[in-house]
Amino acid sequence: MHELAVCRSILTQVEDIAAANQAGRVTRVTLRLGPLAGVEPDLLRAAFPLLAAGTCCEAATLRIKTTPVQVECQLCGALSATRPNRLLCGACGTWRVVLLSGDEMQLESLELAPAPAKEFLNV
Amino acid sequence: MCNVCGCQNSEGHVHVAGVILHTETGKQIEVMQAMLRGNDRQADHNRAHFEAAGVLVVNIMSSPGAGKTSLLEATIRALRGRLTIAVIEGDLETENDARRIRAAGAQAVQITTGNACHLDATMVHAALHTLNLREIDVLFIENVGNLVCPASFDLGQRCNVVLLSVTEGDDKPEKYPVMFRAANLLAITKSDLTEAVGDFQTLRALRHFRKLANPAPMLEFSARNGDGMAAWIGWLLAERDQCRPARTLHAHD
Repeated sequence: MHELAVCRSILTQVEDIAAANQAGRVTRVTLRLGPLAGVEPDLLRAAFPLLAAGTCCEAATLRIKTTPVQVECQLCGALSATRPNRLLCGACGTWRVVLLSGDEMQLESLELAPAPAKEFLNV
Repeated sequence: MCNVCGCQNSEGHVHVAGVILHTETGKQIEVMQAMLRGNDRQADHNRAHFEAAGVLVVNIMSSPGAGKTSLLEATIRALRGRLTIAVIEGDLETENDARRIRAAGAQAVQITTGNACHLDATMVHAALHTLNLREIDVLFIENVGNLVCPASFDLGQRCNVVLLSVTEGDDKPEKYPVMFRAANLLAITKSDLTEAVGDFQTLRALRHFRKLANPAPMLEFSARNGDGMAAWIGWLLAERDQCRPARTLHAHD
């Protein structure tokens, strides 16, 4: 369950960026995650609210964009969409391919908002 | 007016990594950073230490019980008097493996990870403080026995060796593509048990491995009876040779 460690790392970066931009709250965190990153989206979604509690991300929506597994053949040049454990050329069948997409593990973007006004907090 | 882009609305946007976006309610900023940025930076720092000292660092990964410690014991014995070996041991609870390494004649540093299912670059860095890297030729990092989590964390190593014992079944690369894709060497271990297991086919394991588009070499050996160990030692010495120039360069520090 290394998704907890991954989530903690994401939140540390988000808090730094939010602070650098004088944002009080983060309303959305968008990630790019490939099936070959070795990170389970559902486990990350489960970890996020637990670790975000009490931080500027408490009310943030977590959006995970899954990238497709795509390879380029080094022999015939064909581009193929494929599965994580079948990185073969769809045209000629060789394993001599280069992964173009599918192992992404990125913090893509954030939506920031000012801190809520004081009077709302006092209600 | 914004001084950076000339836009009339200086409040509604920010500049990060050169990309600017505007939204109705707040600011959207493009980040595009690695999720494990902190670990990646620490791993680069570790790698700089290793390269400056000219030490070969090999991260050993496998499922629990695939024979990581047995391989290291046999390697230490085979290279006694030729190379100085040290081992960083990752283990959830015990120091059993570190004791075995010391008994075989090498220095061992134990990292007890508690509940952590993998080693990270910070843990490895902390362990480095108890080692004199300039006196070491090869540093092995024996990762936590786990075919999932350790694959995602760079430690600063030069090579990943992934072990697959014949008792586990030859379809493991198909089941754990992320781990086996990270291998710089696939090591089929416990080859002395192949006959008793009956249905493990090395060629089939290799076929599953190649389906991950990984061109890394595969070796098959038994640390117990020594079959195939010469090729493993040969691979290790060849990797070691490639680390030497940096060591020569710093030999008079």
